[in-house]
Amino acid sequence: MNDPVLTVTGLCKRFPLGRKRFVNAVNHVDLAIAPGETLGMVGESGSGKSTLGRVILRLLEPTEGRILFDGQDITHLPKGRVRPLRRNMQMVFQDPWSALNPRMRIRDLIGEPVRLHMDMARSERDDRTELLARRVNLSTEFLNRTPSNLSGGQLQRVCIARAIATDPKLIVLDEPTSSLDLSVRAGILELLAEIREETKAAMLFISHDLGTVRMISDRIAVLYLGEIVEQGRAEALFETPAHPYTQALLSAHLPSDPAIPVARHVLEGEVPSPIALPAGCKFHTRCPVAIERCRRDVPAALTVPSGQQARCLRIPEGGNILERKEPA
Amino acid sequence: MTLLEVDDLHTHFISRDIDNRVRVAKALNGVSFSLEAGRILGIVGETGAGKSLTAQSVVGLLRPPAKIVGGSVRFEGRELTTMAPDALNRLRGHEIAMVVQNPRTSLDPLTRVGDQLVRLHQVHSDAAPAASRQRALEMMQAVGIPDPQSRARAWPHELSGGMAQRVLLAMALMNAPKLLIADEPTTGLDVTVQAQILDLLRDLVARFDMATTIITHDLGVVAHFCDDIAVMFAGSIVESGPVRDVFAHPAHPYTRNLIGATPERFRVGGARLLGGQPPDLYNLPDGCAFRARCGFATDLCRTPVPRTHVSADHVALCHFAGQLDAAPDAEAQA
Ligand SMILES: Nc1ncnc2c1ncn2[C@@H]1O[C@H](COP(=O)(O)OP(=O)(O)OP(=O)(O)O)[C@@H](O)[C@H]1O
Ligand SMILES: Nc1ncnc2c1ncn2[C@@H]1O[C@H](COP(=O)(O)OP(=O)(O)OP(=O)(O)O)[C@@H](O)[C@H]1O
Ligand code: SF4
Ligand code: SF4
Ligand SMILES: [Mg+2]
Ligand SMILES: [Mg+2]
Repeated sequence: MNDPVLTVTGLCKRFPLGRKRFVNAVNHVDLAIAPGETLGMVGESGSGKSTLGRVILRLLEPTEGRILFDGQDITHLPKGRVRPLRRNMQMVFQDPWSALNPRMRIRDLIGEPVRLHMDMARSERDDRTELLARRVNLSTEFLNRTPSNLSGGQLQRVCIARAIATDPKLIVLDEPTSSLDLSVRAGILELLAEIREETKAAMLFISHDLGTVRMISDRIAVLYLGEIVEQGRAEALFETPAHPYTQALLSAHLPSDPAIPVARHVLEGEVPSPIALPAGCKFHTRCPVAIERCRRDVPAALTVPSGQQARCLRIPEGGNILERKEPA
Repeated sequence: MTLLEVDDLHTHFISRDIDNRVRVAKALNGVSFSLEAGRILGIVGETGAGKSLTAQSVVGLLRPPAKIVGGSVRFEGRELTTMAPDALNRLRGHEIAMVVQNPRTSLDPLTRVGDQLVRLHQVHSDAAPAASRQRALEMMQAVGIPDPQSRARAWPHELSGGMAQRVLLAMALMNAPKLLIADEPTTGLDVTVQAQILDLLRDLVARFDMATTIITHDLGVVAHFCDDIAVMFAGSIVESGPVRDVFAHPAHPYTRNLIGATPERFRVGGARLLGGQPPDLYNLPDGCAFRARCGFATDLCRTPVPRTHVSADHVALCHFAGQLDAAPDAEAQA
């Protein structure tokens, strides 16, 4: 495998709340993404997905840990030296409406990263803008409009055109399809797959929707209270999930096909506050198979037979922790 | 017995432009469906298809410039479209309950949640306040709110999304409705919370023998929680029938597209799906409204579209319903 574009080790992000209280949004995350690879990041609301994406791109300051981008340690690189790197690391945000300046024309929105990061003459830039618009299947007739005259799916294509404008090595996509209709979403995923093929960009694809993540990811990481509880190849993680939380998450996911039976392990209760993290295994307050030790001991990441890494104290016992029926 | 019978419902937005010319957006164009006690109908369709508007038209919650211009809504044989507003008001919140699309906006931020439940009960019955309070606690219990006694004193802003949705359900159930319409009851909630709410809903439907309609974007919810499905496009139900039949043999090209775009069927790099703009409601085309996006369209599709029975209770609005072969995800190459 190629050297990873991005390597993150022990990454933490804590937001201070005053008087020695913190929101522990991201906790000791390790991950790596190779060129042309897509890592899917799933987790429930508040699990720290967006914060992680932003810290990785240095849009937020990391509290602890290390970020290696393209062979360079960027963890504490001064802002002025991060800026030139933006050309190689881009982000697509969840809400296309608020990500785009409503007063700018689509032409200028797409041309902006080119202007900021690439040394191009005006006419060259215009050519590139039109090329990018066509690349994301956006009719060039939209170029002179402003965002309010485009649909959500069209706006998300504009955001993607901006993100790929400078041929970045890493693109973080924060829920890029969550606000879109099913068929529009399918079109966007298709586009992303093509772009990945062409440019070999590494992608971090964030979503709370397992179905979407499965469609696009090579590997998947599952986040719970800011911690990666399981990480591994997409098929392995879907077929033989190792962590009880992954299993519960998968069983709560409803396949869009009545012929696929669902085995339900409905979790009780709600996610604890990230301000006062549970001791021991962070999942123990909701885990259906928690044992006494789980309140005390912090599980380390262990590799399971199907290849994923999972953080659960009961993994060495072997077998399937939660009995999960396989779809027929 | 058929509890709700919606027949050929037409709802328009009627306004005037700056030149004082009348402009009409034909938002619902002949919606028909029926609902029986104890059954769950799922209504799906892309954004703007008219799902919420259908619900609002049925329960009489339309606001101008929206207006029902044709068709009928019968609830236990009583016609609702012509019913006097206060009679309809009495029915609503009592025998008919609706959970609207955004839970935050439908709770009164200045009233404790328990008091909101009590107030709703008092309006529709002459029970003693203590009895209403008792019922409120029971309903909070029924929707799985832990420790109802103390949660009843909570303010709406103190509730998580899942809890707020439960409170809305409890409100809807306060007066033991016969018909429940839930507009996107789990959209925006996490999957694990969604699972809790849906399990609860199905349980309540069985227990109280309610007729229920769930409006949703999520075909997974329909596949696993509904008995019947209605697929909407541009203000019409273009296909309806038992969930299993429609998923196994979608008869309308739009339904095929929709099902083909689900994670279970969609393969990146596989068949192309026909996305595209919804038709202009101010200027709907003659014949089939799906024509511009349909891979099967012919000249025949410019003429009025027949309601075609694919089987006894499986109906599609397409000239070629039941004649499109191949699997739903193979269609796009056509
Ligand atoms: N600037 C901030 N200050 C304080 N707390 C924050 C800040 N930003 C995020 N948080 C908290 O950090 C946690 C993680 O938030 P984050 O937005 O990363 O979650 P997420 O997984 O992206 O959720 P969602 O699916 O809802 O987008 C949450 O508890 C959130 O309230
Ligand atoms: N005042 C108005 N004038 C004209 N058309 C309107 C007006 N208000 C709403 N509409 C149109 O009515 C149609 C039906 O809207 P409705 O809210 O029922 O859609 P929906 O299917 O519930 O969509 P969503 O999935 O986004 O909730 C939409 O196409 C909308 O643009
Ligand atoms: S360590 Fe214990 S609480 Fe945590 S997931 Fe494993 S069994 Fe459950
Ligand atoms: S009537 Fe014609 S245009 Fe409409 S869905 Fe059927 S084949 Fe397509
Ligand atoms: Mg987020
Ligand atoms: Mg709606």
